[in-house]
Amino acid sequence: MTRRKIQINVPSLARVEGEGALHLKIEQGRIEQLQFRIYEPPRFFEQFMQGRHYTEVPDIVARICGICPVAYQVSAVNALESLFALETTPWISNMRRLLYCGEWIQSHSLHIHLLALPDYFAEETVLGLAAKEPELVRRGFAIQEAGNRLIRFLGGRSVHPVGIQVGGFHHAPAVSEARSLLSFLEDTLPQAEALLEYLAGMALPEQNQAFTSVTLAHQEYPIEQGELISSTGLRLQPEQYESHFKELQSPHSTALWSLLDGQDYLVGPLARLNLNQAVLPAFLQRHLQRLGNPFPSQNMFHSMLARGVEICLALYEAITILREYQPDTPALELQVKAGVGCGWSEAPRGLLWHRYRVDSEGLIQEAKIVPPTSQNQARIEQDLRHSLHQFGLDHSTEALRLHSEKVIRNYDPCISCATHFLKMSVERQG
Amino acid sequence: MAKPTLAVHKFSSCDGCQLALLNMGPDLLALAEQLEIKHFAEAGIVNESAPVDIALVEGSVVTAADETRIREVRANSRYLISMGACATSGGIQALKNLAEDPSAWVGQLYPQTEFIDSLDRSHALKAYVRVDFELWGCPVNSRQVVAAAGQLLQGVSPVDNREKLCLECKRAGQVCTLVTRGEPCMGPVTRAGCGALCPAFGRACYGCYGEAELSNGDALQRRLEGLGLAPERAAARFRLIHPDQQQQDPLQLSGGDHDPA
Ligand code: SF4
Ligand code: SF4
Repeated sequence: MTRRKIQINVPSLARVEGEGALHLKIEQGRIEQLQFRIYEPPRFFEQFMQGRHYTEVPDIVARICGICPVAYQVSAVNALESLFALETTPWISNMRRLLYCGEWIQSHSLHIHLLALPDYFAEETVLGLAAKEPELVRRGFAIQEAGNRLIRFLGGRSVHPVGIQVGGFHHAPAVSEARSLLSFLEDTLPQAEALLEYLAGMALPEQNQAFTSVTLAHQEYPIEQGELISSTGLRLQPEQYESHFKELQSPHSTALWSLLDGQDYLVGPLARLNLNQAVLPAFLQRHLQRLGNPFPSQNMFHSMLARGVEICLALYEAITILREYQPDTPALELQVKAGVGCGWSEAPRGLLWHRYRVDSEGLIQEAKIVPPTSQNQARIEQDLRHSLHQFGLDHSTEALRLHSEKVIRNYDPCISCATHFLKMSVERQG
Repeated sequence: MAKPTLAVHKFSSCDGCQLALLNMGPDLLALAEQLEIKHFAEAGIVNESAPVDIALVEGSVVTAADETRIREVRANSRYLISMGACATSGGIQALKNLAEDPSAWVGQLYPQTEFIDSLDRSHALKAYVRVDFELWGCPVNSRQVVAAAGQLLQGVSPVDNREKLCLECKRAGQVCTLVTRGEPCMGPVTRAGCGALCPAFGRACYGCYGEAELSNGDALQRRLEGLGLAPERAAARFRLIHPDQQQQDPLQLSGGDHDPA
């Protein structure tokens, strides 16, 4: 065994949203210390929502994350509407799903093409990738644009869209807008299927490991609603979340992270697909079969393929909804009620849970948000330990660094989402 | 001739303004033809201390380390553009500037507060360094970013348009949400630039582009109360995306480094 002592510091991770860092200390062929740190300073959303009116919540929580504002808006309205005992109309539910599909398409495509794929071509950026594979990148941009157009249809703009309100939407777009969007999406679906095919053909590291998958589940593929299930047999409603999931400030990384009955777990595309394959539309099941369906999978490198599947799913769902589109009453009247409401949805990166305590005037007394990245945080560290051992600690420092980044990017960590992550200013040695 | 160089830096933010670049699609590649991108961590290019012609900076200053970093960015950049609400006025997280004891918030979140580097306030960049141009908006859009960068590179000072959203809304032929529907619209005191998105959806503007020139906040406050909004709720509408009044002033382009208020 080689006797060497190396320290790897990746002071600033590239191609993740927000700011994170990795600290790794290897002594005599063993990982002595491994810290995936998120040093995005806290922005205190949960604190400054106190005293705001519930109607302001969708516009406030959007600002937690520019990449997945719709996820924040939908989890928030789900929580508040459940408190106010509001049954949405089928039109409202469909439009929420449609809007959310846009965010999945946009976010997944951005992740695949701008953040993840450059690694596989030994490129640092999409610019380098575009020079080598112009068609791949052109197609990626087209898919991303399809997602953005979908969000704009119901939200006016794709970052911090302005369409959603508690009780429904502010606006029902005209049929003519739906038509032109529909034809654009119909042209995009074959491109997404080609992307799926491409991703299925990629040579990926074979790294299986044990982990628990956690996802919502529903009659349809879970996006904007569902109950929580896990690969360990859990079944929960939003109000029961805190009885199994606890957030801790970890002593060595000091980031708040969340554990399921004391264990790390996975949320996100791979966890979703692992447990929800049966409700995929038939055409996608056929595609997967033909492509040698690896799901359910315990190899995190299949996350990118899972994103590819979910892009196709979201485009298909959006097309299905838009074909039948007719404007309708965008919002329902609601009765403000004091109490506590919980709600969730499947953000592109995984489960996003919200809880609000509201007074009889409709003012927020307390807010709590558990974003997907804080749920995956413990899992990411476990994965790194495991993957780096499998990869071989004898590799050069540079190779170890690149491999670590690749592993971390499988989770698409959105560090800005980490409403309450922190920078660690004290580092212990050894 | 060497291409002009660009850096995109991030401070405390949601990353939404950087999407004005990452969502440009093929135009992003075209931009990269014209400009050499030296630092843009989210896009994979990391060279934080490279000297550049233009630095686009997203996010507000909220930690002691940020303070040092923004001074370095300034020293390394010919032009520094603050991009979005966070960078220009402290952004939504400046809501903590209104709290009596924001330092207590750390304790509400974390059992071990000693590890946290967090100032009590969220500051606009101009509180620490000279800023050459401000892009208002939460988020900014691609048009704003490309126009400002292009003008600076051609040696033209970009024009700061502070007209009211109402004018943009009227030009677009929207029905007035305030007068016709009695919605508590912030259009009369908000900068134009978004394309009057909210009124187009029949909803009230909530002021995400910041304060317009010559805006009469007192009159609008009375009007909102006249619509039946309680005075505190009407006042709260003026403090959402740009909550810190002291950081609302647009940049004095001749201004130099000064200490935060
Ligand atoms: S200004 Fe708004 S969109 Fe831009 S980074 Fe700040 S919170 Fe995000
Ligand atoms: S109308 Fe107002 S709140 Fe809406 S996007 Fe424009 S500036 Fe922002």
